[in-house]
Amino acid sequence: MSTTAVTAPPRAPLWRRLMGFNILTGILLGIGGWYLGYWIGTRLTGESFAYFASEAGQNDIAIFLGYFLGVVGFLAGLGFLNYPLRRMLGHPPTLAEKESAETHGALRYFSLSTDHKVVGMQYLVGIGFFFGVGGLAAMLIRTELLSPHHHVFGANQYLTLVGTHGTLMMGMMTSSILGPFANYFVPIMIGARRMAFPRIEAFTFWLLMAAGVILLTTLAWGGFQTGWTGYQPLGAQGTAGFDAYIGFFTLVGISMTLLGFNIMATVITMRAPGMTWSRLPIFVWGVLATAFLMLLAAPMLAAALMMATMDRTIQTTFFIPGYGGSSYLWQNLFWFFGHPEVYIVALPGFAIVLELLPVFTRKPLWGYRLAVAGLAGVTFLSFFVWQHHLFVSGINADLRPFYMLSTELISLPTGFIFLCCMGTLWRGRIRFTVPMWFCIGWAFNFLFGGISGVFLSDVPSDVLTHGSFFSMAHFHYTIMGGLIFTFFAAIYYWVPKMTGLRFNEMLSKIHFWTLFVAFNATFGPLFAVGWLGQPRRVVTYPFGLQTLNDVVSIAAYCIGVSMLIFLANVVWSLVIKREPSVANPWNSKSIEFQLPTPLPVHDFDRIPVFDADPYPYGEPVPAAPAFASGGGQV
Amino acid sequence: MKEVNHFRRVTLWWLVVSIPATLIVVLVLAPGMPPGNGTNQAAGQVIDNTVLFGIATPVTVAVLVVFTYSLITFRERTPQVAAEGPALRGHAGIQLWWIVVTTGLVLFLAAYGSIRMLEDGAGGGQGPNPIAPIKAPPGQRTLRVQVVAQQWQFTYRFPQYGGVEVPNIELPAHSTIQFNVTSLDVIHSWWAYQLGVKADANPGVNNVAYVQTRGPLTFDVHCAELCGVWHGYMFGVGHVVSKARFAAWIAAKQKQFAPSLKKLGPYSKTYFPQPLRRGG
Repeated sequence: MSTTAVTAPPRAPLWRRLMGFNILTGILLGIGGWYLGYWIGTRLTGESFAYFASEAGQNDIAIFLGYFLGVVGFLAGLGFLNYPLRRMLGHPPTLAEKESAETHGALRYFSLSTDHKVVGMQYLVGIGFFFGVGGLAAMLIRTELLSPHHHVFGANQYLTLVGTHGTLMMGMMTSSILGPFANYFVPIMIGARRMAFPRIEAFTFWLLMAAGVILLTTLAWGGFQTGWTGYQPLGAQGTAGFDAYIGFFTLVGISMTLLGFNIMATVITMRAPGMTWSRLPIFVWGVLATAFLMLLAAPMLAAALMMATMDRTIQTTFFIPGYGGSSYLWQNLFWFFGHPEVYIVALPGFAIVLELLPVFTRKPLWGYRLAVAGLAGVTFLSFFVWQHHLFVSGINADLRPFYMLSTELISLPTGFIFLCCMGTLWRGRIRFTVPMWFCIGWAFNFLFGGISGVFLSDVPSDVLTHGSFFSMAHFHYTIMGGLIFTFFAAIYYWVPKMTGLRFNEMLSKIHFWTLFVAFNATFGPLFAVGWLGQPRRVVTYPFGLQTLNDVVSIAAYCIGVSMLIFLANVVWSLVIKREPSVANPWNSKSIEFQLPTPLPVHDFDRIPVFDADPYPYGEPVPAAPAFASGGGQV
Repeated sequence: MKEVNHFRRVTLWWLVVSIPATLIVVLVLAPGMPPGNGTNQAAGQVIDNTVLFGIATPVTVAVLVVFTYSLITFRERTPQVAAEGPALRGHAGIQLWWIVVTTGLVLFLAAYGSIRMLEDGAGGGQGPNPIAPIKAPPGQRTLRVQVVAQQWQFTYRFPQYGGVEVPNIELPAHSTIQFNVTSLDVIHSWWAYQLGVKADANPGVNNVAYVQTRGPLTFDVHCAELCGVWHGYMFGVGHVVSKARFAAWIAAKQKQFAPSLKKLGPYSKTYFPQPLRRGG
């Protein structure tokens, strides 16, 4: 299909464009749906509730129905029902949701759009907002831990902050690479014009936003005390705040499943001619591996949450010991999702680093097959390690040697990734750009994250550190030091391409160095705090640990300052200064940088044909076709 | 110009840095690591950590040295020239060696950890049927202590002393002790820091852990699993005392808590008290 020049109809006035299917209508219908669902639930169960009055006096059925109809209303207001309804009524299929820049301007970012580039930007901003909320919660947690005895928050507020921080970060940031950058660049990298299922792509984003709002309603219900793990039967004791947790994670589970499924379908079926598996950019490999994990792990979470919902509403007893249930059941189901989940957040980081290093070392990716084997190995093994979270729980104690082995085996494919990084650096011509610095930061942080993981995987050592701040420091080194650093690497690398605007170099470098130093000053001492005996998620701690905790809190504030510098950078560079970026600021040979900036609506005039992988650095350039070098040809 | 052998230089740097670093970590830092040498299990954890440090340090140093060396030596010295590096796409020998070495390390770690765990139980909770039960030496008996967790305190029952339940814990020195950890409501985790013991308390589950005490010792007790709003305040102190003092202590407690023992249900491996109520 060649792009047909469509003459844009004249733009309607703003008030007219605000009417119709967009986020405003969605919010209105969402609120209406909430009240309708709550009302139905109350009518359905009011009498029996008066009979079996719970101490908290809450009606979970009404709340869940309210959430459900609220989400349905929100999605209907955005226009997700239009297409299926129109098709049912016999209208021809359209891609009307692909709102063009001409007719809708910036409003297309606030409505259902099936343009993968719009969805990518929506993801980036939406996830960035909730990342900020989660980070704010972390600042408040550290404020409380400044002193073991003077309390800023009550114990309940403190646990709510811990739970909100953990749940938001683990739920939202899971999609922080796949949502913005995979949706935006995977189709381009494989030579496709769109994702396989554009409406599902938009659906995953708006579902995630609805989920985030639902989680924040927990504050109105008095919060929840379980942390992000939602252990039962503690969760069953919780007030309606725990319903918000269930609602959030269920929607996140559905969103993740669909996101993974969409990416898998796209990468498997929509590669352009010549884009063989051995030419696939390593970023796409990493995203594909993550998509597999999402598709296989997230439904387990949704299933476990359904059971918890039934425990709370229709009085089943899946997780209630004494009535035939088991607290182990939740732990198993949750960690069967939860451990792949931590690789869902780690793998995209690997993929970004492997993708960026060749650009900034001016060398091909060293050991491409080994890197793919590493990604695949982590994906495979991550389903066989979950019971290391239960090493001291007493379940399947005889299997601990197996889980010890499988957990330590996973350091082999991770080691492959490190070897490929070192091989790519070796004898390169390394350029210290901001994305490169973030990749180096990743390598440093993840090294310590991985090595501390070896201590946790070893049962005798784990008995000491299990459930302590040591494990908390460990997973922050792998997730924040791993995922968040590469998230920023990706932002500095790709956002100039996405927006056509340049970041301020000085502010970006200040952001990196403050973040890198403050991050290590925050989480490094936490290893010691854990070893010295501070359990996780405590509102108070031994007096002797106050100095270390204060150091950590002050360093954590520095992380906050660093994030403010980033925010200032975004506002200064992308809003105020608006210096245009060239089409290929990094001199990359990947195909997305061979396209003009901003990217055309349909990405390519013609589907490209690939004759090499995107890393032909230092190799003789074949007789140049339309795209200057390597990568794709038209 | 003579070609620089980068590989040899990196190897030399690695040796120069990692040998002293490993020696310092293994000989100076690790032996003083928590949880100390108060019990056999705690001391076992210290030894285990020392071995892990001994392996982790040279590996960490290797990666750091390669990264640092590369970033310094291979930095672009003339950024204005759009020069590119050599088109190296892999090296089968290095990859093979890397796989062999890391596999060897991992298999050793898993085997070592398993052996250490089976040797003395490592102080961890082992479920109702322990895979590594610790027997008292002949002529002595194993002291059984039930740890009952509930929101938000630990209590201790001594089935060999009439099932008396006390709110704080003292243990005899130089003895083998079997903890039976269970919970009345939600999941807790009994962490006796200096004893080197950690075992989850699940409702309806008898989670067994062992410790072999040495000399007198004061140990901190924490709940290590989020168990609700007052989780942070679920801590206390226990003591390991001489056998004679322990005998006197338990006799006094039996007397003191005799009235409440009548109201308490009989000793059992697990308990199912009243139904769960909302509002925690």
